[in-house]
Amino acid sequence: MAYDEMKKAEFSIVGTRPRRPDGIEKVTGKAQYGADMTAPGMLHGLILRSPHAHARIKTIDTSAAAAMPGVKAVVTQADLPEVEAQDLKDIRENVLAGEKALYDGHAVAAVAATSMSAARAALDKIKVEYEVLPHVTDVDEAMKPDAPVVQAGRADETVPEGFSENVTGHWEFGHGDVDAGLKKAYLVVTRSFRTAATHQGYIEPHACLASLNSEGKGELWCCTQGQYHVRSVCAGLFHMDESQLRVTPSEIGGGFGGKTTVFIEPVALALSRKSGRPVKVVMSREEVFRATGPTCSSSIDVEIGMTKDGRITAGRANLRLQGGAFPCATAYMAAQAAFAAYDLEAVRTYGYNALTNRPKEAAYRAPGAPMAVYAVESVVDELCEKLNLDPLEVRLKNAAKKGTLSSYGPTFNDIGLVATLEAVKAHPHYTAPLGPNQSRGLSCGFWFNFGGNASVSLAVDPDGTVSVTEGNPDIGGSRASISMMAAEELGIPYEKVRTIVADTASLGFNDTTDGSRVTFMVGLATIEAARAAKAEMCRRVAKLWELEEDAVRWEDGAVHPAGPNAGKHPPMTLAEIAAIAGNTGGPIAGHHEVNAEGAGVSFGAHLCDLEVDKETGATKIVRYTVFQDAGRAVHPDYVEGQMQGGAAQGIGWALNEEYIYGEDGRLQNAGFLDYRIPVASDLPPIETVILEIPNPGHPYGVRGVGETSIVPPLAAISNAVSRAIGVRMSETPMSPPRILAAIKG
Amino acid sequence: MVRIKLWGSLRSLAGDREVLEVEARTLKEAIDAILEEVPALEPQIKRGVSFSVDGLVYRDSWFVPIDEAKEIVMMPRMVGG
Repeated sequence: MAYDEMKKAEFSIVGTRPRRPDGIEKVTGKAQYGADMTAPGMLHGLILRSPHAHARIKTIDTSAAAAMPGVKAVVTQADLPEVEAQDLKDIRENVLAGEKALYDGHAVAAVAATSMSAARAALDKIKVEYEVLPHVTDVDEAMKPDAPVVQAGRADETVPEGFSENVTGHWEFGHGDVDAGLKKAYLVVTRSFRTAATHQGYIEPHACLASLNSEGKGELWCCTQGQYHVRSVCAGLFHMDESQLRVTPSEIGGGFGGKTTVFIEPVALALSRKSGRPVKVVMSREEVFRATGPTCSSSIDVEIGMTKDGRITAGRANLRLQGGAFPCATAYMAAQAAFAAYDLEAVRTYGYNALTNRPKEAAYRAPGAPMAVYAVESVVDELCEKLNLDPLEVRLKNAAKKGTLSSYGPTFNDIGLVATLEAVKAHPHYTAPLGPNQSRGLSCGFWFNFGGNASVSLAVDPDGTVSVTEGNPDIGGSRASISMMAAEELGIPYEKVRTIVADTASLGFNDTTDGSRVTFMVGLATIEAARAAKAEMCRRVAKLWELEEDAVRWEDGAVHPAGPNAGKHPPMTLAEIAAIAGNTGGPIAGHHEVNAEGAGVSFGAHLCDLEVDKETGATKIVRYTVFQDAGRAVHPDYVEGQMQGGAAQGIGWALNEEYIYGEDGRLQNAGFLDYRIPVASDLPPIETVILEIPNPGHPYGVRGVGETSIVPPLAAISNAVSRAIGVRMSETPMSPPRILAAIKG
Repeated sequence: MVRIKLWGSLRSLAGDREVLEVEARTLKEAIDAILEEVPALEPQIKRGVSFSVDGLVYRDSWFVPIDEAKEIVMMPRMVGG
């Protein structure tokens, strides 16, 4: 039966706010994070990193380090087997450099020793001879034909002639005649924007413990968003059977996309294989900044035409993104997302990816969308300001809706943008008076959302409780929402269900926790697993009552006779059925494995009031409201948390956060002291308005909510700042010096 | 025949065609037919593509039924954070 044919509209548990299952362990320090894992005989691993942005590695002499007391292994790229597939080649090259160091912080060698101090001393004894090469860290510089080439031969067949070899990909989307559309406009605004690279800023640094024996059997404990992906990559790198490498995810202290790949895990495995001992590697905060994946930086040109009454006649954007020293995909998602909120007759976007001497980009919440939407929403606001039009009415007038041919190709089905904008219009925030030097900014946001592979096993335990096993690390409250959906479907209290995240040997394959997929996709699989268990319980009771299977039905956590002809049997509860499972056929369980795709896209809108100190350029956000369609909010606390968390990260991106590279190509602010993420005192209480427009592709109507909320803040804040100071801002972060410079002209 | 819309930068590889018309009942059959008709698209298909079918995005599923009444759009493979 199709998933949308067994919909549920009335809920007793979904939509409530039960206590989070991981709260006590986390606040009492008992939760086991990546660095908490230990093993008998464990060694400590440390990684030597390049001090140069771009350098040929002429020699690496590890002999003195290997001879140090307590040192059990030293590895370089030569200790990683050769691989064929390009994606594995890139990962191998990134986790341990080969011929060249491609960025400041690129790993070049690693040691494992009996103590941290011994490992640190050995690291100092590794001699690397570098030939320093010219470098490039800026996206526009990297695209010039005479730019230093980061990696040769990486451009794909879509890149037009005339670009630097650093340009690896080109994507074009859109429809209609943009030039003709611009000619119809009363006003055309053209503006260029730049956004800085930012880090996900997760609190827990990457950590892992690896044990790989000489027979090729391995155990790996790590903090990750996807243990199955880690297994696939590491097994591929070491030519292992996936079944022989068990990966167990730890509790995770934030990921936001940054833990969807590997950095230290293959190095720890190589050290373990060479030493014959378990090896733990824990990144320092400096290493996290220098050598994991921040988001792309961007340089974007936007041109939009508008009629006098606010109808957009055409839009065009050129989006140039750099994602570090390896090809990445973010530019095409930026190009697809840029104009997604609008119903346009003519639109065209062009995305380019360029290689630079920076660390390889990793996903960060709605990758590509925040910078693209920032540029487009800034120009829309500028047009509204110049034409003296209400920015909300203009967005409503041009909003994408069901039947709109989207800017990236498909025609939209049921989407919630208009409802979201109407909610903004109806909210008191939109018309609340502003104080002196205060202004208000509005922006829409968009993200695709995914489904993907999921395996779920649901066991009815002998005492009538239920154990759910799923395979996606819980980075946003998924254990709670999955337990709630299982309890809802089975008609038992939430407290009777416990959900755990399995290792790779204990459950079938699961895609990574990304794409806002887990509550949607794993929730769907959990509901189906619960339905399978209910069907089995109905069969058992029907047999007990000597009835046909269709003569019983499940209701309120118990099996009932289906009608008067089925006789007068008192209902049998789940607990009663579980207690006699051994007598009626054995253990009762349900499981479901599926790749159910077709997740619905998500829209949001943010409203920001801020105050600018025109003498210093300092900003203070005084009110912030997030409006977003959740389809169905399973646990509203977590949904609000996602909406607030995305907004907080976007506020940091807009106002303060940036990777700062010096003339030497080295990162200058690799720590939270100099890379300033927002703290509680920087933010007002972030208000949330959850809209519930059920997703037809999910039995409970659930939509992913994890990513859309980071998309609107950049433009919402930029539009507020621009209106407050009377100068259009076009670069992030909008730090006080930059705002002051804009005021002074 | 089903109509499969390409994104702009693939059109030059497909003989300046915006839409490919192929015989296919599923996305798997569509991929096979595209590869046969436009071999120049093989590198992109190997790198990864998604398909939108009537507005819903599919990254992996081969057996999604398609027909001439459905809107099918080929897109680069989507990833998330």
